[in-house]
This record gives sequence, structure tokens and C-alpha cells, in this order.
Amino acid sequence: MTETPDRKTIDQIRRSRNRVLALSLAAFVILIFFVSIAKMS
Amino acid sequence: MTMTSPTPAAAAASPPLPADWRDLIALTKPRVMSLVIFTGLCGLLAAPVGIHPVLGFTAILCIAMGAGGAAALNQWWEVDIDAGMKRTSQRPLPQGRLDRTTARDFAGVLCAASVFLMGVAISWLAAAILAISIVYYAVVYTIWLKPRTPQNIVIGGGAGAFPPLIGWVAATGHITAMPVVLFAIIFIWTPPHFWALALFVKTEYAKVGIPMMPVVAGERSTRRQILAYAVLLLPLSALPWWLPGNEHAGAIYGVSALVLSSVFLAFAMRVGLRERSGPDDTMKPEKQLFAYSVLYLFALFAALVVDRFIAL
Repeated sequence: MTETPDRKTIDQIRRSRNRVLALSLAAFVILIFFVSIAKMS
Repeated sequence: MTMTSPTPAAAAASPPLPADWRDLIALTKPRVMSLVIFTGLCGLLAAPVGIHPVLGFTAILCIAMGAGGAAALNQWWEVDIDAGMKRTSQRPLPQGRLDRTTARDFAGVLCAASVFLMGVAISWLAAAILAISIVYYAVVYTIWLKPRTPQNIVIGGGAGAFPPLIGWVAATGHITAMPVVLFAIIFIWTPPHFWALALFVKTEYAKVGIPMMPVVAGERSTRRQILAYAVLLLPLSALPWWLPGNEHAGAIYGVSALVLSSVFLAFAMRVGLRERSGPDDTMKPEKQLFAYSVLYLFALFAALVVDRFIAL
């Protein structure tokens, strides 16, 4: 029975880390887009 | 320094949890990074030519990522030392909340991405200086100097002096006298700043075998050296006021620098001319000098930017 909360904690940590990683990558893509626009102007 | 042996705390945490993103952020030393970002931003804003806001933001982001990556490499390497010091024992690695491989990979990605992005988006000269600053901090200071010589922070202090130089180069594309002087100011400011801290955590450094100046040369010598650097900092901080050409700072900066550095010298004199009264000494002057030194650098660089935008 002790495995369930551990599994839950692991999933929770993994999910929130993946969310942060996804947001960071999205922000990176948007930044590259604006950098390209800025360098062209 | 062992490279592979986990700390007892790390070994106890079995099976290891996946790395929490908050611990990865903690690995970048956000409080130290705030000063790095600020001085980098001031270097960028104080430059005589403007930069596109998006490119300016990207340059500062790259400086922050590079500093964060270097800090993470530092913690990855020093996990055993951090575990032995009260001040650093709560960090994610000594606590076993992160494994070393994740820390190393995270640091590597941050460092590589910061240099690459700086090169592609801003300039390869700025990227090269950023790369040098990362290697300087992570290799020259952390691995080579820190465990070997009491002059570690004197030479290694150069690592923290790079951000305004990088910011300036990101804006202008070249190195001139002003960013070199800004580099020199932080370089000379670092020893009194760090030795003030080392004086009141001296026993901790001695415990983990780091040859900080108070441990090796003794308190009296360290206090005299703090004073010497503070004396040197007074004219050096005012130097941007007297630089030739159109990039010199104006009276707002000059007067601010003289006032701020005089107060710095006053704090340093209190530390430099006293002895520890005994084991119960609270080390208040040392703590005050350390706190003021942080405020000093923020205020000095803020004055530089204010001076640039409000010309008298």
C-alpha cells in the first residue's frame, strides 16, 4: 500500500516537470521567431 | 574531491525521485544570478548605442542561462563540499533530491544553449566572452583555484565580472575601455565582498578543507586585505567618470560612485581595523560589510544607467 503515494508523487513531479519543459520550449520557439523578425528589421 | 561517490544523504534517498523543476531552478543559484543579470543589463543599457528590445532581452536571457549553467556545474562538482557546510547543505544535490547526472546534463544543456543562442541571435564575440566566463567559473575557479589557493576568489572573481562586458559587447559589437573598467570594478569588489562572508563562515570552510584567505592567512591578514581592496575600489569606481571619448559617465555616476565607495571604505575600515573579540563575537561589522557590498554593486550600476539616460 505504500507504493501508491510514491507512484503518485513520482507522477506528479514528472508531470509538472514536463509541463515546465513544454512551456520553456514553446517560449524558446516564440523567442526565436521574434529574434528573426528583429534581425530582419 | 570524488567524482562518483554519492553523499550519505543522496545514497539514503532510494529509489530516487525524478528531478523536480524547482530543484533544477535552485541549482542555478537564482539569488546570485539576480546580481549577474542586473550588472549584465546595466552594461547593455549603459552602452552608447541602442539595441532592439527583443535582442536586448535575448542577450540578458543568454547571460542568465550561462550563469545558471555555470552555477549548476559548480554545484555538481562541489556536492561533497556543499554537504559539509551548513550554509549549502540544504541544496538539492547534498539533500539527495537530485541525482548528479541530471544536474550535470541540465548544466551542460543550459551552458551550450546560452552560448549558441547568444552567437546566433546577438554576436559571436559576445558568445565567445560568455563561453569564456562559463569556463572561467566552472573550471578555472571551481575545479582548479578554489581547492588549491587562498587567492581563489581574487583570480576567480573575474568570472562574476564578465556580465557587464558581455552586455556592452552585445549592444555595441566591440570591446572598448568602459566595459573593461566595469569588469575591473567587479573584479576588485569581489575579494572584500567574499572575504567578509568568509570571515564569519570561516570554520565551515576550514571543516571542508577549502583554503579561503581567513583559513590560510589568518583573520588579521584578511582584514588588512579587505581594507586594501576597498581603498583601491574608491578611485577605480570613479574611473568611468574620467574616461576619454564619448562613452564616459557623467556627474550623476561620478558623485554616486564617490559616495557609495566612501561608505564601502568606511564599512571596510570597521572590519579591517578590528580583531575578533572572542568566540562569542557576533561578527556584526563583517555581516554589515557583506550586506552593504551587495547593495553597493546594485546601486553603482544603477547609477551608471540613470546617468546614461539623464544627462546633466
